[in-house]
Amino acid sequence: MADVLQLEGLCKNFGGLVVASDVTFGLAPGDRTALIGPNGAGKTTLVNLISGALHPSSGDITLDGRSLVRLSMPARVQAGVVRTFQLNRLFRDQTVGDNVRIAVLQQKRQSLRLWQSRADRIAVEAAVDHVLGALHLEAREGRLVRTLAYGEQRLLEIALALALEPRVLLLDEPAAGVPRGESGVIMDVIASLPPSLAVLLIEHDMDLVFRFARRIVVLASGAILTIGTPDEVAADDRVKQLYFGRDGHVSQSSQIS
Amino acid sequence: MAAVGLENATAAARPQRPAIPFLPEVMLAALGIGAFFAFPNDLAFLARILITGLFVLSLSLVLGQAGIPTLGHSASMGTGAYAAGLFAIHVSQDPLAGLLAGGLAGGVIAVVTGALLLRTAHLTFVMLTIAVAQILYEIANQAAWLTGGDNGLSGISVDPILGVFGFDLYSRTSYLYALAVLMVSYFILRTIVDSPFGLTSRGIHSDPERMRALGCNTYRHLLIVFTIGGLFAGLAGALSAQVAQVVGLASLSFGTSGDALVMLIVGGSARLPGALVGTVVFMIVEHVAATVNPYHWLFIIGGLLIVTVLVLPGGLISVVDWVSARMPWRTFGRGARHG
Amino acid sequence: MNMLLSILVDGVSYGMILFIISIGLSITMGLMRVVNMAHGGFAMLGGFMAAAIMAWAGTRFEAALAAASVAVALISVPIERLLVRQVYGRHVLDQALLSIGLIYIIVAGANLLFGASITTLQIPHYLTGWVAIGNHTIPKYRLFVTVAGLIIVALLWVAIERTSFGVRIRAAVDNSAIAQTVGINTSQLYAIAFAVGAALAALGGIIGAQIMPMESTYALKYLVLMLAVVTVGGMGTVTGTFAAALLLGLANTAAIYLVPSMASVAFYIAMFLVLTLRPQGLFGRSL
Repeated sequence: MADVLQLEGLCKNFGGLVVASDVTFGLAPGDRTALIGPNGAGKTTLVNLISGALHPSSGDITLDGRSLVRLSMPARVQAGVVRTFQLNRLFRDQTVGDNVRIAVLQQKRQSLRLWQSRADRIAVEAAVDHVLGALHLEAREGRLVRTLAYGEQRLLEIALALALEPRVLLLDEPAAGVPRGESGVIMDVIASLPPSLAVLLIEHDMDLVFRFARRIVVLASGAILTIGTPDEVAADDRVKQLYFGRDGHVSQSSQIS
Repeated sequence: MAAVGLENATAAARPQRPAIPFLPEVMLAALGIGAFFAFPNDLAFLARILITGLFVLSLSLVLGQAGIPTLGHSASMGTGAYAAGLFAIHVSQDPLAGLLAGGLAGGVIAVVTGALLLRTAHLTFVMLTIAVAQILYEIANQAAWLTGGDNGLSGISVDPILGVFGFDLYSRTSYLYALAVLMVSYFILRTIVDSPFGLTSRGIHSDPERMRALGCNTYRHLLIVFTIGGLFAGLAGALSAQVAQVVGLASLSFGTSGDALVMLIVGGSARLPGALVGTVVFMIVEHVAATVNPYHWLFIIGGLLIVTVLVLPGGLISVVDWVSARMPWRTFGRGARHG
Repeated sequence: MNMLLSILVDGVSYGMILFIISIGLSITMGLMRVVNMAHGGFAMLGGFMAAAIMAWAGTRFEAALAAASVAVALISVPIERLLVRQVYGRHVLDQALLSIGLIYIIVAGANLLFGASITTLQIPHYLTGWVAIGNHTIPKYRLFVTVAGLIIVALLWVAIERTSFGVRIRAAVDNSAIAQTVGINTSQLYAIAFAVGAALAALGGIIGAQIMPMESTYALKYLVLMLAVVTVGGMGTVTGTFAAALLLGLANTAAIYLVPSMASVAFYIAMFLVLTLRPQGLFGRSL
């Protein structure tokens, strides 16, 4: 299928420091692509460039052939490109339900309404229930976010993104900080994302990457080292040398962060 | 069955929606009318409390809900007051039309200055709000031919309300008029707070960058909040012009903004009733303490502020909530939901 | 020509006072990211203490100046440790409100001790009168204030740009988390910077008392002025604060001479223009 999101020769430098260099790849509907690379390879920078938190020094980002680089962050979200955050960015003093409701209201373009018709309210609540159900958070709806367990907060971070009904989803280390034993729920959630969604997963946890990805983009010093299937990447000597450390031991050395 | 389940979910999501519509407004009216009969000799002072309460409520929307840290909210109040005063002198003595003029003027000054100021943040924004209010203050001071300058704008008189209720010497009409305007405003503000717009405002308050990553045009949203806040501040100004029949420069001063902020924080900024609790407590304590020694009053208010910030961030209303949560009945104002 | 010179002399000396009083506030805002609205209270405390020392102990102006500045620095330490520290990292509004509460208490306390009228600070004889420069005469006192301001700018510049203490300060201003990880004791650094800022405010309050008179509402009266200098200059920069103090001092003084009725509005308009065009201040880094 044709790519929805296309990165074309994307470059970013801060003064003399190059953090993204000629990055070119695309995401098609249904893609399950992982972006990996050692710390400082520029993974989060790339997410920031795509989401609009940073502006590229050169190159283009297009969605269905339409350039995004001049659009603000909110406009890109409205166009369908949504990200999650590596560190939870939730509305901590509000309930879980209100967190999702805030996102649903954005998706339905109702955030400026000073009152709601009954039909609108029912539609919003149905969408909230749907998202909470998909992430197994129904029972937490009335709880304040700051009282949630950390793993549940990670799920809510994904819930906010899904409530926006994105076409392209950028997951920035969804399992970051979650104890290994508890990351299974997050893996399940990612495995059950809508099939038509284009997903780019930034992740350190190699188990998660190899379970999830059908394609892996390896980033080193801001540039693409290689793109391939998980098997190809796992067999690539350059990747082993660069990323997996001298001993080539996959899941240990990749767990540093 | 499915429909029932959905209704339940809706009810669970809005646990604090009062069972009786207009409950907060009815309780407000009951308290207001009770005070009317209990303190017949202090109605002028009580009317001032109501008007200040409306001003602090408007600040509660702007600062408490949306987190816009303005220290120049008096710009809208003063502009509304002068607009209503000039309207009564030069255009029409109809009180309701005067209120409208004042509210509009407050809203216009908010939208014009907000459009420029809301592009900045943090302390720069705070300082710019102060600057705007001070510049308006000086303009009003210099344009004595229009505003009366230092002496204030006097000679304001208004017709009987709805052509029936004339203003009397004992402030009875003024008080009930202010109470009615406050009740209607409270209802509108409470509806806004409970609406999708209000929920989004609180989202921006806690994390504006996160809201942008959810697709929210935060600038536009905050500008609308700022304008609505200015509108109600202008309304409060218009009310004070009509009731006091004079507009002083003080209505535009930094002190007016600062006092309102203190009242809001001491009362509690997260929920609307906090604004009213803070106003009542502040003004009554000030009224009593100032007759003893105005400087001792500063000890009290300074101590209250420090204690509020350090140990009671929710303000006095959080004490009321804490007590009422342990009572068998539910209390006033729970409709102003804030998670 | 005479008027131009008067504007220049009065404006520059006024700007110097603004600078000395405000620089501590700028440093604490850049370093600790805390808005201490009560900073003017240190200037006021300095002024009143110097007056009291001169009146009760009968010391000379210079001795009172030094003693009061040191005393204010010492007083500022527990204030930072016990109160201001509580709101590091909190919302700007919480910081503002806590310190406004502090101002109220300081104002009420000053009124209780010194009364509501202006307390005069007698300056030494050699600073009264005029000096002739060419055909013009300049008040000695204004010259003294200007020189004092220049000396303090120079000392601060050396301290921040040329000493190891300054290196640590700049590192902490850039990024306090990183500064901490490389072993800089930020807690101690904050306390020292806060105390130095307080002492400078006291110094400015004392030598500026002829221009900004000591009264119990001082801390409140000049609050907006100090905040304006800091935001216009850009928080945490010595040069920015200096430039802003001179700019606002000159703008205000020029307006007093040229259009007296618009003097205070000129000040606010200058601030408004700078901040709408450069929200991060004259020398602040854009974020």
